[in-house]
Amino acid sequence: MYKEVENMSKTKNDVAKESFSKRLLDKALYLILLVILIVIVVINPKFLSLSNIVNILKQASTKGIMSLGVAGIIVLAGTDLSAGRILGLCCAVAASLLQSVTFPSRYYPGITQPVALIWPFLLCIAIAVAFSAFNGFGMAKLHMHSFIVTLGTQLIAYGFCCIYIENQPSGSTQALSSLDARYVRIATGSFKLFGLEIPYLVIVFAVLAFLTWVVWNKTRFGKNMFAVGGNTEAAEVSGVSVTKTIMGVFMFAGILYGIAAFLEGARIQSVGTSTGINYELDAIAGCVIGGVSFNGGIGTVPGVVVGSIILQAINYGLYFLGVNSYLQYIIRGALIIVAVAIDVRKYVVKK
Amino acid sequence: MVIQLEEKYLLEMLDIEKHFPGVKALDHAKLLLRPGTIHALMGENGAGKSTLMKCLFGIYKKDAGTIRMDGEEINFEDPRKALDHGVAMVHQELNQVLHRSVMENIWLGRFPLRHGLVDHKKMYEETKAIFDDLEIRVDPRCIIGTLAVSQRQMLEIAKAVSYHARILVLDEPTSSLTSNEVEHLFRIMRRLCQNGVGIIYISHKIDEIKKISDEVTIMRDGHWISTDPTSVLTTDDIIRRMVNRDMSQRFPMKDNKPGEVLMSVSGLSGRHMPTCIDVSFELRKGEVLGVAGLVGSRRTELLSTIYGTMERESGEIKLNGKMIENRNTQQSIRNRFAMLTEERRATGIFPYGSILFNTIISNLRAYEKGPLLSNKKMGGDTQWSIDSLSIKTPSQKTLIKNLSGGNQQKVILGRWLLTQPDVLLLDEPTRGIDVGAKYEIYELILRLAKEGKGIMMVSSEMPELIGICDRILVMSNGHLAGIVERGKDFGGIENEQETIMRLAAKYV
Repeated sequence: MYKEVENMSKTKNDVAKESFSKRLLDKALYLILLVILIVIVVINPKFLSLSNIVNILKQASTKGIMSLGVAGIIVLAGTDLSAGRILGLCCAVAASLLQSVTFPSRYYPGITQPVALIWPFLLCIAIAVAFSAFNGFGMAKLHMHSFIVTLGTQLIAYGFCCIYIENQPSGSTQALSSLDARYVRIATGSFKLFGLEIPYLVIVFAVLAFLTWVVWNKTRFGKNMFAVGGNTEAAEVSGVSVTKTIMGVFMFAGILYGIAAFLEGARIQSVGTSTGINYELDAIAGCVIGGVSFNGGIGTVPGVVVGSIILQAINYGLYFLGVNSYLQYIIRGALIIVAVAIDVRKYVVKK
Repeated sequence: MVIQLEEKYLLEMLDIEKHFPGVKALDHAKLLLRPGTIHALMGENGAGKSTLMKCLFGIYKKDAGTIRMDGEEINFEDPRKALDHGVAMVHQELNQVLHRSVMENIWLGRFPLRHGLVDHKKMYEETKAIFDDLEIRVDPRCIIGTLAVSQRQMLEIAKAVSYHARILVLDEPTSSLTSNEVEHLFRIMRRLCQNGVGIIYISHKIDEIKKISDEVTIMRDGHWISTDPTSVLTTDDIIRRMVNRDMSQRFPMKDNKPGEVLMSVSGLSGRHMPTCIDVSFELRKGEVLGVAGLVGSRRTELLSTIYGTMERESGEIKLNGKMIENRNTQQSIRNRFAMLTEERRATGIFPYGSILFNTIISNLRAYEKGPLLSNKKMGGDTQWSIDSLSIKTPSQKTLIKNLSGGNQQKVILGRWLLTQPDVLLLDEPTRGIDVGAKYEIYELILRLAKEGKGIMMVSSEMPELIGICDRILVMSNGHLAGIVERGKDFGGIENEQETIMRLAAKYV
């Protein structure tokens, strides 16, 4: 017995020795990103203007809501490549229904009275949940790797999106624009709080982030999600229904994609075939920067929120500095690789 | 009797030490191997045999001690380096690339090349030559996954031979071999010895050891106990040195009393091979029912089929006289079954989950208040588990991966106690746990039995089964070979082991 106590204290010392470098590693990514942001501010101090910050937060909101959905799937040790194109399809459907009724070349000339906002909103959610549920079915029941299933649905969703847009009376694939003012106001409007204008989008993001946090941490479903992601076989033995959990996580993500799509349509005000392309990569990158591990079973909602905002701030900062747009791709690509390299190092089993 | 042995050593391992968190796995361990001899390494599970070998191959880094080969100090960084120096090992678990051919597996990592491309013809011919030499009748081009386990085992030995190894370690190579194949293996071993190869042979089978080995080293609890020529040792000597503990000290007082029948299983067969075949038995309330058998006797499959993690083909399970299905684990838990799996890391713990998470995960419904979970109830139950199982942990928030094996096992046992099971299926509950923690687990098992629960316990440690079980089912190749009863059949430890071993070989 005495021997064991001695050994335990020895391990504690080892832990203490490790902890500094380990803590540094945990925070390394944030430090690097902070440095990038500081560099941006030093080059052009105007970056820190209120309007820029509001813009960053608004952009981060729709992508952040997507990230909240993708994050759950990454916690399951999966991934979702279809999220962006699903969003694009939903955006197109919402925009087509919510074009201003006085616009002559609108998608549905038959609509002469404004449509209540709730119907396109629910339709967005329904479409996104249907696609996402299909992805979940592929992973849970057909035991396909989520990478492959969602690669397939990515193409399928994109095909549907293009056909839908092409199907407009003019027969062209021009973007759907001239949206209803009520719809656009969701994205442009704001709420006054203590003299600060807080955009509706940011409020929706905050509320959804809180709800997601509750679902992840305070419900049986959330615990099951972490169990399946952390060790699928142990979860199965422990009485967790793996199939139901995977389906649930995908459908929850679908709801978030649908909401994000509805908001994004209002924000960009013009929805074309390229809407939503590569959004999933930003969403995934936001999760990874926020510490959601691709190994599964690890991740927090605050991490995802911070990760999405930082990523958007850097994207916006590079754009604001007028960095060559092709160079921006290179920087963003490198950032993702650094993020994942650091993430992997945290969990490498040392012998 | 005077035994003439060469005084030069091929391999010397001296004063080897190795610590793991909470356990001293090796304490001044020693092994001296002479060239051209077969050296048996014996000890109970957990005695440190495998750890010692892993230190030789650099899979583990030894904390102290010296290893010399031909008198020169060596420290291999990894098994690859060991191979380059002519030290090869055949593992109990087969590490083969199942979808590739036999010859590719043998030449993996050192394919013969011609003009920068793999020379398949040369690879084939060399493999064929080795196979002909060793009398192995397998086409080098067939896919390895299509072969029987025993054939694959022989291929591993052929692979070691292909490296022209001078030191060969065989870790329980006969566990999946038939008696003809064992004879074949022994012929190969003797041939290698004539060429000066030194063989370290790890096995539990005393009769095999006596037949094939020249010397025997016995280990216990990480210590070196003795090294003697095999011819001077009797079976009794070997067992006494391996165990050397009073059974009454190693195991708690057995004071549980089996009562009425709790679960009856009849004609149980699984659907997908390998699985259990037509197994029937009864489990009583308050009974500890052991399950013994060789590796591959499908003990785990029996438990998994009862628990519903493996599909049932036919047969019935009755609990308190009522037919139950156990189609999936949710159903099994509702029927008050619990299952502790054999591979704690792979199928037991959530390594990056806290103690709390790992404790409450099977019992979440009990903590729901509306849609949300009650932190207070979860924390309370976790604390109960920590206290009543005396789990040594700094806090409930500690990640389970930072605990020692014994404490991890107690956390998982705690997880299952919270679901208030009637039937506990325990698969190797003390594997990889140090002696002190083992005792605590035994106490817990007997305490649960006294509370009237029925316990089935799979174990590869014969003394453990004999020490705490009321009856022992012996599985052989998926079939129930027999049931050994305490009082009626339990006599001296050797009798038990013999009876059980005989039954275990019944359907092989």
